[in-house]
Amino acid sequence: MDWGFIIERTFSAMIGPEVMIYALAAVGLNVHFGYTGLMNFGQVGFMAAGAYGVGVTVFWLNWSFWIGLVFVFVYAAVLALLLGIPTLRLRADYLGLVTIAASETIRLLARSRVMKPVTGGVEGIDKFAEPFYNLSPFELGKFYSFGPFKYLGRDVWVLMVGWTLLILVTLMVQQLMRSPWGRTLRAIREDEDAARALGKNAYFFKMQSLMLGGMIGALAGLIQVIQKSSVQADTFNPVITFTIWTILIIGGPGRVWSPIIGSSIYWSLIVFVENTLRQLPAGARDTLRDTVELSDFNIGMLRFMLVGGGLLLLARFRPQGIFGSREEMALDRR
Amino acid sequence: MTAVESASGALDTPIITATGVVKTFGGLRAVDVDKVEIRRNKITALIGPNGAGKTTFFNLLTGFDQVDSGTITLDGNDITGTPPHRLAEKGMVRTFQLTKALAKLSTIENMKLGALDQLGEKFWAALIPGAWAKQEREIEARADAILKRFNLTHMRDEFAGTMSGGQRKLLEMARALMTDPRVVMLDEPMAGVNPALAQSLLELIKMLPAEGRTVIFVEHNMDVVQEISDWVIVMAEGRIIAEGTPAEIKSNKAVVDAYLGAHHGEDLSKVQLS
Repeated sequence: MDWGFIIERTFSAMIGPEVMIYALAAVGLNVHFGYTGLMNFGQVGFMAAGAYGVGVTVFWLNWSFWIGLVFVFVYAAVLALLLGIPTLRLRADYLGLVTIAASETIRLLARSRVMKPVTGGVEGIDKFAEPFYNLSPFELGKFYSFGPFKYLGRDVWVLMVGWTLLILVTLMVQQLMRSPWGRTLRAIREDEDAARALGKNAYFFKMQSLMLGGMIGALAGLIQVIQKSSVQADTFNPVITFTIWTILIIGGPGRVWSPIIGSSIYWSLIVFVENTLRQLPAGARDTLRDTVELSDFNIGMLRFMLVGGGLLLLARFRPQGIFGSREEMALDRR
Repeated sequence: MTAVESASGALDTPIITATGVVKTFGGLRAVDVDKVEIRRNKITALIGPNGAGKTTFFNLLTGFDQVDSGTITLDGNDITGTPPHRLAEKGMVRTFQLTKALAKLSTIENMKLGALDQLGEKFWAALIPGAWAKQEREIEARADAILKRFNLTHMRDEFAGTMSGGQRKLLEMARALMTDPRVVMLDEPMAGVNPALAQSLLELIKMLPAEGRTVIFVEHNMDVVQEISDWVIVMAEGRIIAEGTPAEIKSNKAVVDAYLGAHHGEDLSKVQLS
């Protein structure tokens, strides 16, 4: 077994593009669920809104990539309004139902033949991100190493911009949650009627929260399609939403840094398990053969199973997540 | 009558009126009130047996439920159908029968939440601490003063979720006062409060009229009603069956009947069953 290779891969995954993109999406979900108590089961829908914000602008309107960046946030805001207006006056579960349905609707609509001139249909959109890569100070096709980390030049550029945005957005959320605005969100999370009785327009605050978290999700979607250099409808499937939830729960909802740490733990575990399984010595593979053949497909499934097992242990022994406090958790049961 | 007295804020005019207020749930007429006037800067008790419609009437007055027909006014202004947060801004605040202390906010955060017109509650201002830090300090000072009065200073930085039931009742009332209300509506303020704490809670309620606040409260405990209220309104089956001073109500036969049954105190073997 090449432990050096496994470790290099794991380290690189720890701060890699997936970690940064999913952490950003989880920051948005944290605003929704962690701070406001909004059950958003369609965060991937906001990511798609961000992705198509730039994709559609370049592909269909033939406008510049840079104008597309504005639409990333416009689409997310419009989606938040569409989802929020009918549901935010109702009980929390309704938003959950509507968001998961809306995110699938977006995906199916985007890949439909009718929408092909606009969204590129199943083929999707590519060649839209050149203006971004043209600014890269790194050679796109060359490998760069920093200590145990090793990435392609294009990824180094994406990572640099992405992590900067992620840290800025995280600090912004931290500042917001320390303010009276954030205090009102947390009050609404605890008991909406109490907040209303004290003069807070709960509906308005929830709408602001949905928009802010959605725009952050859209930013994540934008960076994802830039990193892949293509917009594909089917990459925005519900599994992404639940991965984002997993990440938030690993870190602990309602804590500023938990999306980043949760994402880093999740993706380094996935990469570590996958590479270890791939590198198992022949003897071990043969022993396992009767139980499971270590084909590429099976390894892909096994890594999720093993990480899932780890999550079960987390739920059993540290239900509040990495950053959550047991004391706060106990308050729920009183 | 002078101009001052005839203004809406004159002392002898009612602060709240409810006229022809009806609320039905399915076939049930939960509230059917012809006319009620709540006197300014007095303590009014709303009593009645279980299911009399007290809490529903409370919800209608505070905007948490909508009337089917009828009019509610606050200081002469129609407030029928006004949402709760707007009423709070107009000076009307309520507490809840099941206490709503915000468990995962500290006591002081619970208090600060109650302040109205906070600059830092605006999204863009929230990003710039300098825009609201000064007001926040003022709010915190006010919150600390009220906490002291309610004897909750030792819980200041604890999560509200760690408080006892009685302390939560105190906190909820203290937090309501942070809105600097003209009308304080307390839904069963004494429920689940131990006797020692109950006495201090009563004293705190008694002090409110002198500060220019009107108190309306729902209560089951007749001793409490007798002790602190200036006026008592009795509801049964959605209607108002009597009102008067506590002493009048105590000797009102209709009230005693509604509460205890028409044959209270009689030897049941001698009652003629019709």
